[in-house]
Amino acid sequence: MFKNKDRYLSFLLVLPSILAVMIFIYGFIGWSIRVSLSQWKGLNPNFAWAGLNNYIELFSDPRFMVDIRNTVIFTVVFVVGCIVVGFFLAVMLDQGLKGEAFFRTLFLFPMAISFIVTGVVWRWLMNPATGSRMSGLNLLFSYLHLDFLINNWHTTPTWGIAAVALAAIWQMSGYTMALYLAGLRSIPLELREAAQIDGASEWQIYRHVILPILTPVTLSALIILGHISLKVFDLIIAMAGKQLALDVPAIYMWQTTFDGLFYARGAAIATLLLISVAVLIIPYMWFTLRSEKQL
Amino acid sequence: MSKKFWYSLIAVLMLTALVLSACGGAATQAPAQTQPPAQGGKEVEVFSWWTGGGEAAGLEAMIKVFNAKYPDIKFINAAVAGGAGTNARAVLATRLQSGDPPDSWQGHAGQELIGTYVAGNQIQPLNDLYESEGWLKVMPQTLIPLISQDGKIYSVPVNIHRANVLWYNPKILEDNKIAVPTTIDEWFAAMDKLKAAGVTPLALGEQWTKMHLLETILLGTLGAEKYNGLWNGTTDWGSAEVKTALENFQKAMTYANTDSASLSWQDAAQLVVNGDAAFNVMGDWAEGYFRELGKKPKVDYGWAPVPGSVGVFQFLSDSFVLAVGAPDPEAAVAWLKVAGSKEGQEAFNPVKGSICARTDCDKALFGEYLQSAMDDWASNVVVGSLTHGVVANDSWKSEIDTALGLFVSNGDLAAFQSALVNACKSSGPCK
Repeated sequence: MFKNKDRYLSFLLVLPSILAVMIFIYGFIGWSIRVSLSQWKGLNPNFAWAGLNNYIELFSDPRFMVDIRNTVIFTVVFVVGCIVVGFFLAVMLDQGLKGEAFFRTLFLFPMAISFIVTGVVWRWLMNPATGSRMSGLNLLFSYLHLDFLINNWHTTPTWGIAAVALAAIWQMSGYTMALYLAGLRSIPLELREAAQIDGASEWQIYRHVILPILTPVTLSALIILGHISLKVFDLIIAMAGKQLALDVPAIYMWQTTFDGLFYARGAAIATLLLISVAVLIIPYMWFTLRSEKQL
Repeated sequence: MSKKFWYSLIAVLMLTALVLSACGGAATQAPAQTQPPAQGGKEVEVFSWWTGGGEAAGLEAMIKVFNAKYPDIKFINAAVAGGAGTNARAVLATRLQSGDPPDSWQGHAGQELIGTYVAGNQIQPLNDLYESEGWLKVMPQTLIPLISQDGKIYSVPVNIHRANVLWYNPKILEDNKIAVPTTIDEWFAAMDKLKAAGVTPLALGEQWTKMHLLETILLGTLGAEKYNGLWNGTTDWGSAEVKTALENFQKAMTYANTDSASLSWQDAAQLVVNGDAAFNVMGDWAEGYFRELGKKPKVDYGWAPVPGSVGVFQFLSDSFVLAVGAPDPEAAVAWLKVAGSKEGQEAFNPVKGSICARTDCDKALFGEYLQSAMDDWASNVVVGSLTHGVVANDSWKSEIDTALGLFVSNGDLAAFQSALVNACKSSGPCK
C-alpha cells in the first residue's frame, strides 16, 4: 500500500494534533479523575487522597438522585420525541410534497439557533402565570377553549423536566428529519416496487423494508441525541434558572464547583458524566469500526 | 531520504514547537494580555459583577472620581455579567487558580470574604490603609469585625444594603383594611385575608429569592441573637425553634404566586407596584428598581422591616479587596482609597441606591427611603445576610441552597432540617 517513507511522513503530519489531543483531552481527563479522587474543597488545590469517597457520597446525595431521575426522563422524552417527530416529518417530505425545499428549511431552521435562545423563547411560551398575566401557550389554549391543556409546564416538580424536553425536541427534530430524509432517499425505488408487487401494504413496506434499512440512521441519531441530552445545561439554565426541580448533573457540577468550591465533588460528577457518555458511544464506535472492516 | 521529506519534517517540527509553546506560554501570557502598551504607565484592573442598571451607573460615578484624582492610572473595568455575581465568581475562582488575579475585586463583606478568599490566602490585610486614611473612625464599629480575622482588616466596604425589607402595595392594604404587619402572626393573618379577597398575598421569584425569604423568616422567628447563633454555632439547627421557623417559611410559601420559579426578583417586585400582589420580601435594591420604573415612594410602594424583625437591620455590604500578587499594588491601593473615601461613596451610593458604609455621608444626597435606612442603620441591632455572603462561607451557603431547593420541590420538612444540620457540620462551625 504505502511506501515506508510515506508512512513516516503521514505520521509526522498528524503528530501535532496527536500531541494536542493527548494533552488537552486525555491529559485533562486524567487530571479531572485525579481531582475527583482527592479531598479538594475551597479555593486552593488539595490533592490528599480520598479514594472513591466522593463517588460514594454522590450516590447517597438526594440532589444527585434528583439529577439522575431528571436525566433519565429528559433523555427518554427527548430522544424518543426527536426520532418519532423527525421520522414522520421525513416520511411526509419524502412523499414528493410541493415546496419541499421550503419545508425542509423551515424544519431545519430551529437547529441553527442556540439552546439559550430556544430556552428564552420557550420560557415565555410556557409561562405558567394565571389570570391577567397569562401569556404564551396557556393564553392560546385559553382562547381556543382547551382549558384542560393549561398547566404549569416546566415549573411542576415531577414532570417539569419533560416540558423542557419538549423545547429540545422542537430544536433537534429537524436534524433527525434531515438524517432520515437522506436515509429514505438512499433506498432504491426497486426495493419498494418489488415489495408492492409482492402485495405488501404501505405499512408493511415501512415495517419490513424501510425501517430495517434505516437502522444505522436511527442508531446514529440515538447516539448524537443521547449524548446531547446527557450534557444538557444551557437550555435548562435559560428556561428554569437554577430551580432544583429541574436540576441535571451538568448544572450540579457547575454550581458545586464554582459556587460552592467543592472541586473534588464537581470532578466526580464530571467523571460520571464522561463515563455515561462513553457507555453510549463506545459500543457505537465498536459497531461502526466492525462494519467498516466488513466492507 | 528525499529533499521533500526533510522539508516536511522541518515544517512538522516547527508546527509542533508552535503548539507546545502555545500551551506552555498560556499561564505566563495571560497577564500580559491585560497590560497592553502601558509602558511605564500604571493601571488597575477591578473586577465586579456590576454590569447593569444602577449598579453599573454607580460604579461609573466612582470611576469618574478615581480618574479625576489619579489621571495617570488607567482604570480597567473587568465586570462580568450575571445576577448576584454567580457567573462572575466562577470566572474569578478560575483566574485566581491560574495565578492571574485582578488587582482588586468586589466581594460581599463577611464570610464570603473571610471564609473563602482569606482562607485561600488570596487577599491582603489593609490595616495600614485604614490607619493612614482614618477609616477606623468613620466606618461603623459593627462592620469592622465582619471584615476582619485575627485583628487584620481585609476589605474596603463601599455601601450598605438592607435585606429584611417588606415591600407592600399601600393601596391594596388600604382597600382590604389591613395594617402593616409587625409580627409573623399578624402577617399570616393579613395574608389569609388577602387570599380570601382574591389578591395574591406574596410575590416570590426564582430560587435565590426563596433563600432570601427563608433568611428573613429565620430572623423574624428566632430574633437577632438566636439568628446570629445559627452562624456561630450556638443555636442548634436541629432545635424545635428552628423547626418552627422552617414551618413559618413553609406556610409563607403557600401565599406566593404559583409561577415563582419563572420570575426574576425584578419580575416579583414589580408585581407589588403594579398591584398584582400585596407583599414582597427583597433587599432595598428593589427601591432603586421601583424608582427606575417611575414609581413614587409611599404612594406606589411602602416599606417596613420583615415582620418579627422590627428594630433589626439585616445588612449586606459590597466591598473591594487587594489581591495577593496584584499586578500593580500601588494602583490597586489608589483605587481602594477612592472606594473608601467620602467623595467616592457619595458619588456611588445615591446612584446605586444604597447607603454609605461610612457614617459621615451627606444625608441630603439621598431619597426618602434611603434616609430612613440611614436612621435604622445608625440605631438598629445589626445582623448579617446569608444569601448575600455575610454569615456563611460559599461552601456552606451552597449546601443550604441545595437543601432549600430540594425542600421547595418535595416539601419534606424533616429532611430539610436534617440537611441543614449536616450542612453546618460539613462546612460551618457545628461539630
